[in-house]
Amino acid sequence: MKNKYSIFSLIKNAFSYHENWEKAWKDPEPKKEYDVVIIGGGGHGLATAYYLAKKHNMKNIAVVEKGWIGGGNTGRNTTIIRSNYLWDASAGLYDHALKIWEGLSQELNYNVMFSQRGVMNLAHNLQDVRDLKRRTHANRLNGIDAVYLNTEEVKKFCPIINTSPDIRYPVLGGTLQKRAGTARHDAVAWGYARGADEMGVDIIQNCEVKGIKRNRDAVEGIETTKGFIKTNKIGVVAAGHSSVIANMAGLRLPLESKPLQALVSEPVKPIIDTVVMSNAVHAYVSQSDKGELVIGAGTDDYVSYSQKGSHDIVEGTLNAILELYPIFSRMRMLRQWGGIVDICPDASPIISKTSIKGLYFNCGWGTGGFKATPGSGDLFAHTIANDEPHKLNAAFNLNRFVSGDLVDEHGAAAVAH
Amino acid sequence: MFLINCPFCGEREQSEFKAGGEAHIVRPKQPTELSDDQWAEYLFMRKNIKGIQFERWNHIHGCRKWFNMVRDTSNDEIKAVYKMGEKPPVK
Repeated sequence: MKNKYSIFSLIKNAFSYHENWEKAWKDPEPKKEYDVVIIGGGGHGLATAYYLAKKHNMKNIAVVEKGWIGGGNTGRNTTIIRSNYLWDASAGLYDHALKIWEGLSQELNYNVMFSQRGVMNLAHNLQDVRDLKRRTHANRLNGIDAVYLNTEEVKKFCPIINTSPDIRYPVLGGTLQKRAGTARHDAVAWGYARGADEMGVDIIQNCEVKGIKRNRDAVEGIETTKGFIKTNKIGVVAAGHSSVIANMAGLRLPLESKPLQALVSEPVKPIIDTVVMSNAVHAYVSQSDKGELVIGAGTDDYVSYSQKGSHDIVEGTLNAILELYPIFSRMRMLRQWGGIVDICPDASPIISKTSIKGLYFNCGWGTGGFKATPGSGDLFAHTIANDEPHKLNAAFNLNRFVSGDLVDEHGAAAVAH
Repeated sequence: MFLINCPFCGEREQSEFKAGGEAHIVRPKQPTELSDDQWAEYLFMRKNIKGIQFERWNHIHGCRKWFNMVRDTSNDEIKAVYKMGEKPPVK
């Protein structure tokens, strides 16, 4: 049993200069055999292991991670959480996650700094206005909070936006989801890792998967840089590298991996207390608790695993940001980075069984997976434990690319990628 | 950001080009005889290789012609550029 984090543990540890905190998770070597192995120690993978142990009573679980936990896209995203998606299936999926976010810090006894500061999506042309109004209605029918704002209401909610009709793409309105917001991305991985570790999950870092051993139509284990690990169930949550793992098992996925960039500015005093996204001009911005502006750029259109991305993508985003927020014109950017995102043709994820027994994939989150972390882990754990999808992720199966029953969420991706 | 040697125009910035995805995917000759699985394979399934990939590009802000490229997707190094219909110069 781990010591509970509280004001008392904080005071107690202050007396020893915070040098004697117990480790949040162990760093074990792999055992020979596990009931389930999760490939990928990001937020989604760690959440999957956590819910497998917590809700499905499985004990012999490993998470293998080629680098360090939370070092991939979990540590590279812009931390935005919302559930205002258009279709019923997506609304169910993302709002399931949002509801878990609301109690997550308490459940994990780990402050994930979930902040429901609201997310505003702007409209810049007549089609945007129609699409966003339609999405607002669809959201409300699905029980998701959403309101449509006119230009004056947008200005009132976020006064630094330039709502002048003279700019190249004037603000004609927008939607607001008040329950949406941000969370501390690292804390999500660390909180789930600590919770999973407490229930006996082995979190094995610096362990890269090199091959998947199959016996006809079933999996038998994985080859890793730390040796062979025997298992009958493998859950792959490898984000941009999902296709690489799939190729090891002789599968092809409907994914393309592309660089997605983000950047932060130097820290400044609080200036924007919400998240504002704009699809038409591709600009979105929020402010971290440290005071940095957090800005997400777009994806490059070519396949790449280089974690770099092109400069013109960043330039395009900053042009749009400056048009919408002239107040930022003297800000200096501090850091820029890229992550590799796995994009599905319909901009919806895959949480699914495969044609190979015991092999499950949770992938295709593309440019917006962070928001779904708790829900994704919960539903993927259900799918692995029962060998059947939960009703909330039934629509997100791999077979939809054969049946044609796609969940087209390009519009609700909030910024065009 | 990298430079691409367009077979028609010469070396230009990558931002002048549009990536067209995996190359050498042949449209089925008898579409009416395809099963749903075969259609899905043709339409959606991709190799998405980390390493040497064959792909199509269009010089959209230049000559607007399509061509093929061999590129290492792990570091964006371009191995070869060749015209449509030609055999890839490297394996």
